Amino acid sequence: MYSFQQQVGFPILSVMTFLPTLGALAMLLLMRGRPHLYKYTALATTGATFILSLAMVWKFDQYTADFQFIEKVNWIQRLGASYHMGVDGISVLLILLTTLLSLIIIPASWNYIKDRELGFFASFLFLETGMLGTFCARDLLLFYVFWEIMLIPMYFIIGVWGGPRRVYAALKFFLFTMAGSVLMLVAIVGIAYLARPNQYAAPVFDLDQLQHAVFSFPVQMAAFLAFFIAFAIKVPMWPLHTWLPDAHVEAPTAGSVILAGVLLKMGGYGIIRFCIPLFPDAVVTAMPYILILSIIAIIYGALVSLVQKDLKKLVAYSSVSHMGFVTGGIFAFSVIGLEGALLVMFSHGLLTGALFLMVGFMYERLHTREISAMGGLASPFPVMAAFLLFFTLGSLGLPGLSGFVGEFLSLLGLFTYNKAMAVVAAAGIIMAAAYLLWMYLRVMFVETRDEKWFRLSDLNLREIASLAPLAGLAVWVGVYPDTFINIIQPSASHLINHISPYLAQHGDFLTRFFASLGGGR
Amino acid sequence: MKAAVLLIPLLPLASFIITGFFGRRYFKDKSHYLSVASVAISWILSMYVFIQVERGQTLSWQLYTWIAAGKFHVDIGFLVDELTAIMLLVVSTVGLMVHIYSIGYMHGDKGYYRFFAYINLFMFSMFMLVLANNYLLLYVFWEAVGLCSYLLIAFWFPKLSASNAGMKAFLVNRVGDFGFSLGIMLIFVTLGTLDYSSVFAAAGTIGGGMVTAICLLLFTGAVGKSAQFPLHVWLPDAMEGPTPVSSLIHAATMVNAGVYMVARSSPLFAHSHTAMLVVAAIGTFTAIFAAIIALVQNDIKKVLAYSTISQLGYMFMALGVGAWTAAMFHLLAHGFFKGLLFLCSGSVIHALGGEQDMRKMGGLRKKIKITYWTFFIGALALSGFPGLSGFFSKDAILSGAFSGGYWYFWIVALITVFLTAFYSFRLIFMTFHSEPRMDAKVFAHVHESPPVMTAPLIVLSVPTVVAGLFLGIPPESGHIDHFLHRVFAAAIVTPEHQFGFLSGSLMAISAVVGIGGILLAWHFYLRCPFLPAATCKRAGRLYTLALNKFYVDEIYFAVFINPLRRFSRWLWRIVDAGVIDGAVNGAGWLALGAGRLLRPIQTGKVQGYLFAMFLGLLALMVVYIILTL
Repeated sequence: MYSFQQQVGFPILSVMTFLPTLGALAMLLLMRGRPHLYKYTALATTGATFILSLAMVWKFDQYTADFQFIEKVNWIQRLGASYHMGVDGISVLLILLTTLLSLIIIPASWNYIKDRELGFFASFLFLETGMLGTFCARDLLLFYVFWEIMLIPMYFIIGVWGGPRRVYAALKFFLFTMAGSVLMLVAIVGIAYLARPNQYAAPVFDLDQLQHAVFSFPVQMAAFLAFFIAFAIKVPMWPLHTWLPDAHVEAPTAGSVILAGVLLKMGGYGIIRFCIPLFPDAVVTAMPYILILSIIAIIYGALVSLVQKDLKKLVAYSSVSHMGFVTGGIFAFSVIGLEGALLVMFSHGLLTGALFLMVGFMYERLHTREISAMGGLASPFPVMAAFLLFFTLGSLGLPGLSGFVGEFLSLLGLFTYNKAMAVVAAAGIIMAAAYLLWMYLRVMFVETRDEKWFRLSDLNLREIASLAPLAGLAVWVGVYPDTFINIIQPSASHLINHISPYLAQHGDFLTRFFASLGGGR
Repeated sequence: MKAAVLLIPLLPLASFIITGFFGRRYFKDKSHYLSVASVAISWILSMYVFIQVERGQTLSWQLYTWIAAGKFHVDIGFLVDELTAIMLLVVSTVGLMVHIYSIGYMHGDKGYYRFFAYINLFMFSMFMLVLANNYLLLYVFWEAVGLCSYLLIAFWFPKLSASNAGMKAFLVNRVGDFGFSLGIMLIFVTLGTLDYSSVFAAAGTIGGGMVTAICLLLFTGAVGKSAQFPLHVWLPDAMEGPTPVSSLIHAATMVNAGVYMVARSSPLFAHSHTAMLVVAAIGTFTAIFAAIIALVQNDIKKVLAYSTISQLGYMFMALGVGAWTAAMFHLLAHGFFKGLLFLCSGSVIHALGGEQDMRKMGGLRKKIKITYWTFFIGALALSGFPGLSGFFSKDAILSGAFSGGYWYFWIVALITVFLTAFYSFRLIFMTFHSEPRMDAKVFAHVHESPPVMTAPLIVLSVPTVVAGLFLGIPPESGHIDHFLHRVFAAAIVTPEHQFGFLSGSLMAISAVVGIGGILLAWHFYLRCPFLPAATCKRAGRLYTLALNKFYVDEIYFAVFINPLRRFSRWLWRIVDAGVIDGAVNGAGWLALGAGRLLRPIQTGKVQGYLFAMFLGLLALMVVYIILTL
């Protein structure tokens, strides 16, 4: 059995997903020993993938919550697993982010990687396949395969091309993620068997069918926790975040960009895609606790960012804070909050991705990431200063740039649910301004610390070219967010419609308690 | 009119983009061409819009949908009414003058193009702020003007104090905006809309407690932006920026945004007596508090900065007592004369080659005549000298407070009038009169500023003199009262009354008090120059307190900033690296330890395994037997 939707005339999702693998294989098999070709191949492949994803967005129907570009092939019949791909508005946005960032990191690491280029670029191409597949998979087993595929290239990227403590960081990243995935695998198998219509039928991995399955509350709770821990590690939610600063600090620039830009989004995506539709009762029960964890993450991440000495670590901890708005927005369970969360995810990918790129560009010039070793960079590097200012302002949620819209909607969602929580979360925005502007002051302002820097060159065209698209998109999202909101609107409404009956009937004492704290829903 | 309204903000935006991108490479010292031209056209268009509004034409225009998420819907749209028209008038006029003035003042600066790009961006944001038709859009440009303020305060960024001042301004404003944004959310959650007209139409249905909460949250934002106590601390530091910036942003336009916002929200505030009282109380306290500090400052710009805080306090007092029109009148008059005063101070600083300490000035009267006379006119207006604009606007506030029954606010305000007149003329006398106190070489070098700088001074002194006569006569039912009547009709609390004996006497009292302050300054600084030092000594601790700005900054550091930094460090070092990561690494060690512990069992010797199997079987059998028994 094989079928695909005739939306574009060819199975666009599969082509898009496996094109990078094709590029990587071509590199490995045909171009071995010709290093000058690697970069160009990687650039061409990611470029083509990006264009394909644009074509997909172009053809995407914004007026339905149904999955589109569906492809379905039987895969492991005995197990009931199929190769089932499809996207809705939620995945489309993240796919676009993935292909864009995957393209941008290639020119950004043009001169950065000097050894084992083949492995480096091939790893990123394999990684792209994993990421795209994760966002497209409509079958739990397939999803799990792609999920695990991502892990391996990232492990190597950190462990081989990373900084001095790369082995520790890579192992930590691997073990954390693995611990989550193993739990998730158990839950996947568990629900696949429990969802069988009778005990002789094959297990059910297909999400379309699983969505209609009803699980008892204890099963939901157990499976939800297993899934959720896996995703919470990815997000990362407090207190499962400590792998992130280490991984970021040690990872090469391109690795950090992908890690922050896309891999962290897997967590939020997973929660939205799997936890909410499959385990609605459990999700609603866990809601207040997860909101509290989100708010802790917002404040905690911001405070810890404030005292960081390493630029990359600062950005890493700020991610913890920003991701708090994602989980907070999701678990407020309103269309506004959910769309806010998705916009925060998208915007964080752009802005934090750009910030990591910029830290990389600075490192290439100054050979340090210590904030205290910098100072006065704006005089020798005015273009760099302008770009850093732009992304810093975006990150601290300046209206007009992408960060604001998402954070505001996410807060508004939270505010509708519980005012007290929103007040605390909003305080995080003050702190974001504090740690980011203080960072900017110490890095760019004040007297130039070293006269030698005046002999170094400002950002070159290649570097500007890799930052400019991110800046442009950040303005687009900030000024005309409707382009992006329209894509996610039907899917988000559909999801909230799905969960709201559970929300209405579910009233454990804690939910009521928290609701009463701030006026409530 | 639509085209005019659209072009007013867009021209400076276009100029910002072009100057910002190409200024460094191509325009260099010609960067002001485009910049000044764009603002000049915006000024003409603003005048046109003002005249249209005068003729009774208003505009409400939705441009496009900005955010539509779920039930949340916000447009980019414009609202032009009388209130907007007044703001446009002040912003465009002072803005244009400051642009022209800056050609001279910033001449030769390394960041010449950057300066003009930034103030263009500011003009765009400020125009949009006053043109917006809903709260979220107001908030957006509220933040945007804050950004410009940050960039321009930290304009000379190699100076640590300038960088710090910029950051401080942004952060303190963020604290206010925290409340403002929550207020906006509360409006949306309560009414389901953020559009001015819909919000105000439904204002009466909100209910007492909620409307007070909304108003107070909105007011928090105003306290930040308009530098009211306790968030006033950023404005004096903001004087680190170039003086034209202080004039435009930190005196005439941006800091008025808070007043504008509260005035705009008058239909909401009118429903909450508590909120109004808080506004009036904060305003009145700030007015006298800042005036006391201004008495003893020696930096010419700091005196004017504290004066601005104090005058903004007056405006909030007016808003709080329901004298809406008086507040806007004072905003208008103050915008002109304080903008003028700052530009004059810039001319003085320019003449002295960067000196700002008044103790090193004196005797400049003869050398820089235009600056002196325009400064003098501005100071008279600030002191509320009869006939000048400041007199009428201030009197409108005082009589509004008195006739509203707030005699306690009136008394404080009257004392503040006295203090204001005193410090204004202390400034004039210390700067321009008596003997020069600087090096002879510096004094010999003193020169009047070029015409490009003095012309704006002369232009701005015209409305400083005539605005009151033109708009404020007869008091309480002058031109401005009629003009703004429609906007505030819904929010007027006190019944309108005609100018009579009571108002006349109030006016006379405030005039006398103001002149008294001027005379005392003359007595202190010209007739008996030994008096100030002697008085300071006698005032002792009070003087030290005022000189050190009542230690508000120090208190903030001790109570908020330092503990927060210590707490953050503790979170990072102890909680993050110690507890959480400790647990993670501990789990790792546990696994490793368990592995070590079990390793001896896996010897690879078959005998050992067999023996273990045997033991296991035995154990199972024992368990089985026990269970079956």
